[in-house]
Amino acid sequence: MTPARGGSARRAVLPTIGPPIAVFFGFLGLWYFYSGVILDERERNIVLPYFHKVIDVAFLDAENRSELLAAMGISTIISVIGLVIAILLGVGIAVAMSQAQWIEQSFYPYAVLLQTVPILALVPLIGLRFGFGITARVIVCVLIALFPIITNTLFGLKSAKSSHHDLFTLHNAGRFTRLTKLQLPAALPAMFTGFQISAGLSIVGAIVGGFFFGRGDAGLGIRIKEYSARLKVEQLIGSIILSALLGVFAFWLFGYLKHRLTSEWDESGAERRT
Amino acid sequence: MKQDSTTKASPPPAKGKASGGDLALRFSDISMVFPDGTHALDNVSFDLHEGEFLTIVGPSGCGKSTILKIASGLLEASRGDYQLSDDNIGYVFQDATLLPWRKVNKNVELFAELHGHDKNTRSAVAARAIETVGLSGFENHYPARLSGGMRMRVSLARSLTLSPSLFLFDEPFGALDEITRQRLNEEVIRLFLERRFAGLFITHSIAEAVFMSTRVMVMSARPGRIVKTVDIPFQYPRTADLRYEPEFARISGELSEALAEGHA
Repeated sequence: MTPARGGSARRAVLPTIGPPIAVFFGFLGLWYFYSGVILDERERNIVLPYFHKVIDVAFLDAENRSELLAAMGISTIISVIGLVIAILLGVGIAVAMSQAQWIEQSFYPYAVLLQTVPILALVPLIGLRFGFGITARVIVCVLIALFPIITNTLFGLKSAKSSHHDLFTLHNAGRFTRLTKLQLPAALPAMFTGFQISAGLSIVGAIVGGFFFGRGDAGLGIRIKEYSARLKVEQLIGSIILSALLGVFAFWLFGYLKHRLTSEWDESGAERRT
Repeated sequence: MKQDSTTKASPPPAKGKASGGDLALRFSDISMVFPDGTHALDNVSFDLHEGEFLTIVGPSGCGKSTILKIASGLLEASRGDYQLSDDNIGYVFQDATLLPWRKVNKNVELFAELHGHDKNTRSAVAARAIETVGLSGFENHYPARLSGGMRMRVSLARSLTLSPSLFLFDEPFGALDEITRQRLNEEVIRLFLERRFAGLFITHSIAEAVFMSTRVMVMSARPGRIVKTVDIPFQYPRTADLRYEPEFARISGELSEALAEGHA
């Protein structure tokens, strides 16, 4: 079993890694073309320096690098705390909604509302109430990450087949047994899809929160604000790169966890891959 | 009901309504009208005793499955009474209905688990059932890795774990290829002879019905009524040759005529 899985995973990785690398080099080509051919030297230094110069200034300079990495560390911590809270809260809300129609009907519209209100409009309110520290930024993360967890978990909990429910009914299974032995396992793949989306959003939340509040421990958001104000373009781009990498890592991590936990048995997933 | 100690030592009688076993299930004038107005069953009555294997044939959509759902308590009949001597029922669905996240052994353990049996009892019972259906060695496979026939075997094993006295089969092997289907039917009959439960089987294949059963009922198209009941006289164990006996053909013809009439 294990070797077969490793083999198929390796086969799956190779073709998926080639094309994105090609796109990356194409992207670099465009970058150099834009900064080298379209921009003159003065513009280049303000708008878009060469890629190697960005690497040189932002990451090879020890002082700048540690400043950026420290910022990334703080953003990571905030988004992880936010995500964990969002997962606990979101799964809890979805479970409650799955247990009673009236709970779903009463609260679902507000979950949608949460998603449709521009988060930037809420950020100042949060700042006024909770200050500009870690707490406020974590709250931004939770608000932005909550909705996909609720909807995906709820969808997953409802995806348990009616024939499976019949099976549990025939053997007089109670609500809790049904939830733990049927609905939650059935929901697992969908839940991880939700976590995957929300992990990226939580990082966005941490950065947006920091950017907006602009005070407290300097995360990537605060640094982005500062670098753009002081025209430190290389470091600005460097922090954008780190934000992107953080998001990609979170996305990959939850994809990997989902694969580990469900790929052996999840038929829908297996069909999609082939 | 079960404490009745009348002898039931002999193999299932192949003849006659008075089969001698305990009454397992009785339908008295059961009718079923669904909330959307679909009239599924109309005055259905029959008795089923332990040691009997009763098969219902009928056109699709005639309410055959509804009978099983009412018998098991999943649905409540709109009119009429039914009597069940023991609510320990084995129910094999059209689909294997295995939980995809559980390996074979854990799937087979499910019912014992839902009834609160402890771990050791559960795994012992499951191991025995898995062996009975010939799946030893596949305990640690997920259903996704099994063929359709093997999944149905797991489903069968799962329903064996609580040793039910009444077995409901809802076109259990309809989706499988002919050979696998025949093999599984033989398996079911073997289990029936071993355990002498009361079997209620649903199919739309007349040959399958005659081959397996002690009695066959034909249902009409919706609303489902019982239009004919035929006792099957053949002794068990039955072999494949039986299908070429004149008597087999005669009974099949009679049933198929009733089926055509009921369909019109």
